[in-house]
Amino acid sequence: MQSHFDLFGLAPAYALESEALERSYREIQSRVHPDRFAHAGDAERRASLQWTTRVNEAYRTLKDPVQRGKHLLELHGVDVAFETNTAMPPEFLMQQMELREALEQAVHSKDSSRLDSLRQDLRSSRSSLEHKIGEAIDANKDYAGAAGLVRKLQFLDKLDSEIDAAYESVE
Amino acid sequence: MALMQISEPGMSPEPHQARLAVGIDLGTTNSLVATVRSGVPVVLPDAQGRPLLPSIVRYLPSQKIEVGYPAQARQADDPKNTIVSVKRYMGRGVKDVVHIENAPYDFVDAPGMLQIRTVAGVKSPVEVSAEILKVLRERAELSLKGNISGAVITVPAYFDDAQRQATKDAGRIAGLNVLRLLNEPTAAAIAYGLENAAEGIYAVYDLGGGTFDISILKLSKGVFEVVATSGDSMLGGDDFDQRVFCWAVEQAKLAPLGPHDMRRLLVKAREAKEHLTVHGEAPITAKLSTGEFIDLVLSSETFCGITQTLVQKTLGPVRKALRDAGLTVDQVKGVVMVGGATRMPQVQRAVGEFFGRDPLNNLDPDKVVALGAAMQANVLAGNKPQGEDWLLLDVIPLSLGIETMGGLTEKIIPRNTTIPAGRAQEFTTFKDGQTGMSIHVVQGERELVSDCRSLARFELKGIPPMVAGAARVRVSFQVDADGLLSVTATENTTGVEASVAVKPSYGLGDADIERMLRESVDHAKEDVYARALAEQRVEGQRLVEATRSALAADAALLSAGERAAIDQALAGLQQLIPGTDHRAIKKAVEALNRATDEFAARRMDQGIKRALAGRKIGSL
Repeated sequence: MQSHFDLFGLAPAYALESEALERSYREIQSRVHPDRFAHAGDAERRASLQWTTRVNEAYRTLKDPVQRGKHLLELHGVDVAFETNTAMPPEFLMQQMELREALEQAVHSKDSSRLDSLRQDLRSSRSSLEHKIGEAIDANKDYAGAAGLVRKLQFLDKLDSEIDAAYESVE
Repeated sequence: MALMQISEPGMSPEPHQARLAVGIDLGTTNSLVATVRSGVPVVLPDAQGRPLLPSIVRYLPSQKIEVGYPAQARQADDPKNTIVSVKRYMGRGVKDVVHIENAPYDFVDAPGMLQIRTVAGVKSPVEVSAEILKVLRERAELSLKGNISGAVITVPAYFDDAQRQATKDAGRIAGLNVLRLLNEPTAAAIAYGLENAAEGIYAVYDLGGGTFDISILKLSKGVFEVVATSGDSMLGGDDFDQRVFCWAVEQAKLAPLGPHDMRRLLVKAREAKEHLTVHGEAPITAKLSTGEFIDLVLSSETFCGITQTLVQKTLGPVRKALRDAGLTVDQVKGVVMVGGATRMPQVQRAVGEFFGRDPLNNLDPDKVVALGAAMQANVLAGNKPQGEDWLLLDVIPLSLGIETMGGLTEKIIPRNTTIPAGRAQEFTTFKDGQTGMSIHVVQGERELVSDCRSLARFELKGIPPMVAGAARVRVSFQVDADGLLSVTATENTTGVEASVAVKPSYGLGDADIERMLRESVDHAKEDVYARALAEQRVEGQRLVEATRSALAADAALLSAGERAAIDQALAGLQQLIPGTDHRAIKKAVEALNRATDEFAARRMDQGIKRALAGRKIGSL
């Protein structure tokens, strides 16, 4: 199976060439999108639907820092194993627990400015983690180590969606 | 080697006559039809020059049906048979509709979608909507002097699968070839963006008669990309009328009203609301059937006060959409106002304050959606040359998932995923020897299945008996460009394939649709057979054209044998089209589709290779 990177004509690397990805995505979409085949026969409409679906899924995967890491590691034969491998370093878990407590407090006191600052902090820890994943995969070829980092990043993503939910309950 | 690729997939290389395509805004309060004429989108008015068609349908005992202004004029006299705001009932059950007690109809609760008992029989909201669409189709055919080859119908972005499917079915019953369901805010963005050459992040705030949508779009040359959408499919201008109505009942200390008086007072409430758009106060006077007189004055301050919570209610989805898009208010370059209800000054003010900038309303908020739909219909019909058209990337508004153990939802396609989208997930059996698995498809954001909308339930049977956990059932979701879902489930661990495919249907089965189609034809006194033949001929002709242009562009992808097979199927179809056997034409269409399957796939692969080879295409 062709990798998502191949599909867009990109080199398989964690550090994303965002502009090149977007350009390829749009160029491919402009040729395969169902809007181009609204008056074509069933065969072409079906092929268009299949391709567009595949292109959208690949694009979404590459744009998402966790999914991109997972996909890239799979290409190197490493399974990130989100479901089965949930072991995390204790200090990381402690930190996560503290963040969640802070989140609960913010919800309790209906403090949306506290949520803003939590989100700010989370953003910076995410970007430093993404940077580390990039180094591990692209420079050091330490795939097993990278898998652990990607798992951590998924934890942070989850916290991020919890913050979203918290905003909704605060508003 | 050709230096220039003139034709594009799906487009004819030789100039052809423009196909007649229309955009339809099927609104809660009013509906419109528009088309592109000599490159300019225009709303098509009725014979009296009126652009709007009130979305009101009245059923008479004589089986006659009135649509639009005549029905509107009689709504207070015949409230039970005069259906207003039918859009609120599309794809909805009785328990889904808030304040249903305030609607003067005889509802029949049917599985999936409610129905309304009228003097002309029990009607589904789909049939009522089809009556509106039929009038618009006839208006367009009269004005354009020809048959409509295809239509784009707009839906609120926040419509779920049930509501979308119901809308598409209504189009079909009205005899329209529905090219696409298009989200209303996206349609408005097309009209607005192309008019103003807008670039950057835009928000479209669309408060219609019965629905509220907010969409955040990224506009860049030739691409309209929806990044997030949110809304409330049960909030609109009607609710403001309702508040005024309740206020008036309270002020005048009225006893509960009968259907006639209720309708009469609601009409007065709406008039007062509209009056307040340009005046400081509005009179509300009415004589009720009980002999009571209502003589009130509603000031704009009071109006703002009693509707403040409604205005605030729209801002929740706005915040949510911005969060989903990962954007802040100051990154939004402009806010486009759509829908008649955005004319209310308090709505303009609230939106202006929230975004810290004056909203944009240089296009008529009643017409902008229909105009955008017409522009998109024109592109889909293939009337725009490559390079002058644009690309639309839209999303699904609500997550799609299935029920897992304990009544929990497992999301398979999250909200705001770009469509078309597809994803599969594996599930397993939990009992030894289990040979069936029931699959419950739901839509919504909540954890508990009971809080989400149930779309379909089906059973996968014939799984070979195995120990618990050994079977691998792959459930695949596919959402098409209309935002409509189909689901398949397959088990093939042992090489024995058990598979089932469903399209959620909301109580309207294919048989119901067929019946409604038949009935709708009877009313128009058309010949069913003639209509089927005409439809198959159009379909056949369309496929012949598409195949010819594909061959003209990419015959090199075929071996001599493959080419011969396609030519043969093509000739077979061409020969049958002038004949009168619609079933034979249908078979020939299917045969040609099968014969071109592989060719279509290769053309698509080639398209992708060309895109990656950096061949610049137009403005993208």
